[in-house]
Amino acid sequence: MEDFEFINAMVLLANFVIVPALSYGSQLALATLSLTIIYGVLRFSNFAQADWMSFGTMATILFTWLFQSAGISAGILPTALLALPFAIIVTALFCLLIDRSVYSFYRKQKSQPIVLMIVSVGVMFILQAVVRFIIGPNDRKFFDGEKYIVHALDFKNYFGLEEGLTIKSTQLITVVVALVAMISLFYFLQKTKLGKSMRAYSNNEDLALLSGINPEKIVIVTWIISSILITTAGVLYGLDKSFKPFTYFNLLLPMFAAAIVGGIGSPIGAVIGGYVIAFSEITLTYAYKKFFVYLLPESLEPSGLMQVLSTDYKFAISFIILVIVLIVRPTGIVRGKII
Amino acid sequence: MNDELRAPIAFAIMGILLAIVGFTQSWSVSLSVINLCIISSIMAIGVNLQWGYGGLFNAGVMGFTALGGLTAVLVSHDPIYEAWDKAGVGIVISTIIFVLSITALLFVFRNIENKQIRNTLIILIIVFGLIGINNFYGPSIDIIESINPAKTGFLGGLGLPIIFSWLIAAVVAGLVAWVIGKITLRLRSDYLAIATLGISEIVIAVVKHEDWLSRGVKNVSGLDRPVPYEIELQQSEWFLNLIERINFSKLEAIQSLSSRQDLLNDLVIDSSGIFVKLCYAGLFFSVLLLIFYLSQLALNSPWGRMLRAIRDNEEAASAMGKNIFAQHLQIFIIGSAIIGIAGAMLTTLDGQFTPGSYRPLRFTFIIWLMVIIGGSGNNLGSIFGGFFIWFIWIEAEPLSIGFMNMLAGGLEYDNPLRMHLLGSAAHLRLFIMGLLLLLALRFMPKGVIPEKIQKK
Repeated sequence: MEDFEFINAMVLLANFVIVPALSYGSQLALATLSLTIIYGVLRFSNFAQADWMSFGTMATILFTWLFQSAGISAGILPTALLALPFAIIVTALFCLLIDRSVYSFYRKQKSQPIVLMIVSVGVMFILQAVVRFIIGPNDRKFFDGEKYIVHALDFKNYFGLEEGLTIKSTQLITVVVALVAMISLFYFLQKTKLGKSMRAYSNNEDLALLSGINPEKIVIVTWIISSILITTAGVLYGLDKSFKPFTYFNLLLPMFAAAIVGGIGSPIGAVIGGYVIAFSEITLTYAYKKFFVYLLPESLEPSGLMQVLSTDYKFAISFIILVIVLIVRPTGIVRGKII
Repeated sequence: MNDELRAPIAFAIMGILLAIVGFTQSWSVSLSVINLCIISSIMAIGVNLQWGYGGLFNAGVMGFTALGGLTAVLVSHDPIYEAWDKAGVGIVISTIIFVLSITALLFVFRNIENKQIRNTLIILIIVFGLIGINNFYGPSIDIIESINPAKTGFLGGLGLPIIFSWLIAAVVAGLVAWVIGKITLRLRSDYLAIATLGISEIVIAVVKHEDWLSRGVKNVSGLDRPVPYEIELQQSEWFLNLIERINFSKLEAIQSLSSRQDLLNDLVIDSSGIFVKLCYAGLFFSVLLLIFYLSQLALNSPWGRMLRAIRDNEEAASAMGKNIFAQHLQIFIIGSAIIGIAGAMLTTLDGQFTPGSYRPLRFTFIIWLMVIIGGSGNNLGSIFGGFFIWFIWIEAEPLSIGFMNMLAGGLEYDNPLRMHLLGSAAHLRLFIMGLLLLLALRFMPKGVIPEKIQKK
C-alpha cells in the first residue's frame, strides 16, 4: 500500500476537515447573511438572531412531527425539508409581530443603534423563554430519511484504501440548499426592483425615501428574508448535528465574528466570513497526527497529536480571527459599510 | 411624581418585599437573597460606570465575574507543593515563552516597516512559540493533573486569606479589560459588545478546561471563609450566652429544664446560620458603600463631568481637546475591575468555584437589566436595580409555578398538558425578564431612579 500513502492522507483530510467544514461553513454563512442583512437595513446588531434560529428550527421540528404523525414523508430526504416552508412562514409572521410591537417604536423615534441592540437583548430573553417553554431545553434529533451518501466502509472497499470517506446526506443537502439560497438572495438583491430598493435604503436612507421607496415595505421584506435565511440555517445545522437551544445561542459569537470578518453589512462578505470562520475552527482544532503519519517517513513521525488548539477552544478561534481582523483591517475582508 | 422621592420610595418598597420574604418564607432565605442582591448591585455599579457614565456596552460581564472567581481560588487555596515540585518549572517556562512571544509579536508589529519581513517574522514567532509551549506545557499539565486528581490535581493557590482576593480580582479584571479595551475601544460601540461577548466565552472556556489552573468542571470547593463557621459558633461560649440573652423571655416561659435546653439548642443552630449570613451581609455592604461612595465622588468630579460630556457628544468633547480613547479605556478598566471584585465576592459567598455555572444570561444580561431598569447613569438606580431584579429572578420561580398551577387548575393530575405547563414553569422567568426590559425601555427609558441632570 506504499503508493497510496498520499491519497490516504488526502482522503483523511477530506473526511475530517474539508467535508465537515464545508457544511458547517454553509450553515454559518446563511446565518451570518441574515444577521448582516438586519444590520445593513435596520442598522443594529441583533443579539436575538441566534434565538430566532432556535425559534425557526423549533417550528420546523413541530411541523416535522405533525407530518410524521400524518404519515407524510419525503422519501429518502428528511421530512424537515417539507416542514421548512411552513416553519418559515410562522417564523416570519412572529418576526413581523415582534417588529410591529417592539422595534417599530424605536425606528420611528430614530433611536441610536445601541438602543435597538439593547432592545434585541429583551427580545432574546423572550424568545429563549418561548422556545424552552414550547419544546424544552433538551437535545433533540429530528433527522429521518437516508443517512449516508457515501459510507466509509463502502468507500474503503471500493477503492481499496486504508482511509474511508463518509459523506452524510445532510452535508450534501446543506451545501446544495445553502447554494440555492445564496444564489437566489444575490439574484434578488442585484436584479429585482425590490432588492435594488432594499440596497438603496441600506445605503442612504434619506435619499431612498426621496426617491419614493416605502420604508415600511423594505422593513417587512428584510424581516421575511432574514427569517428565511435563519430558519434554513438552523434546520440545516440541526439536521447535521442536533437541536438544542443553548447550543444555538452559542452560535451567536461565530455569527458575529463571521459578519465582521467578512465586512459587516455586506452580503458577499457574510458568506466569505462564514466559510473563513468554519474552516479555521475545524482546521485549527483537528489533530493532524495520522495525516503526518501517512505523509512522512517513519523516522520523522510526530509524537504529539499535532493539534494547534484543543477542541474546547472553538470559541477562541472565532474570537482570535475577529481580533486579528479588527486590528489589521477593521472594515473586514470585503469592505463593509460603517453605519 | 417628585423625582426627589423616587429613590426613597423605591428602596422602601424593596425593603418591604424582602421583609415579606422574611416573614412568609424565613429570615435565612431573605438574608441569602440580600447577600446576592448586594453582590449584584456591585456588578451593576460596575456596568453603570461603563454604560451610564461612559456609554460603553460591555457584553462580557460574565467573563470578568469568572476572572474574579478564579482569583479568589488562586489567592485563597493552599498551594499544592507536590505539583509545583514536579511540574512547576514546566509551567513557568511555558508562561515565560508565552509572554516573550507576545512581546516579540507586539515589537515586530510596531517597529518593522517592511511588510514581507514583518509577516515572515510574525509567522516564525507564532510557530516557534507554539512548539516551545507545547514542549513544556503538555507534559507538565499531565503531571499536575495526575497528582491526587480526586482532591486536587491542580497547582493550588497562594494560601492567603480569601478577603485579599477581592482586591487582587480588581487588578486581574482591570488588566484583562486593558488588553480588550486597547483592541476594541477605538472602533464603533457594537464591536466592543461583540468583542467582550467573545472574551467572556474564552475566559469561561479557559477556567472550564484548564484543569491544572482551576480544576475545571471538577470545581474547587471548601474555600476559605472570611467569617466564622456555624459549627464553631455553636460551640463558642459567647455565642451561646448571646442567644440565651436575646431569647430570654421565650426560654423563661418554659418550665421543664430539658425542653428548655432543647429549645436553646434549636435556637443556637438556627441563629448560627443567620449570624454567618449577617456577617457576610455586613462585609458585602461595607464594600458596596465604599464603591458607591467612590463612584459618587467620581461622578461629581470634573472627571465625571468630562465623561458625561464625551458620552453625550463625542465630537464636541474631542474638539475641546479631550482624548476620548484614553477616557473610554480608563472607565472600561475601572468598571471591569469593580465587576471582578463582585465576582470574587460571589465565589467567597458560595465557598466554591464552579466554572460550569457561568452562563451569559445569568451573569451578563441580567446585570444589564439591573442597570437599565434601575436607571442608567445613576448609581443609586443601579443599586436598586441590583436588588429588584435579583429579587424578581429568585422569586419568579415559585411565582411561575403558582401561576402554572392556577392555569392548570381544572386539569387532571396526570394530564400531559398540566405536566408540561408545570415542567416548563422555570422558563417563565426568562419571559418575565425580557418583558420587564422591553417595558422599561419603552415606558421608562430613564429607569426607576433616573440620572440627575445637574444645572448650574
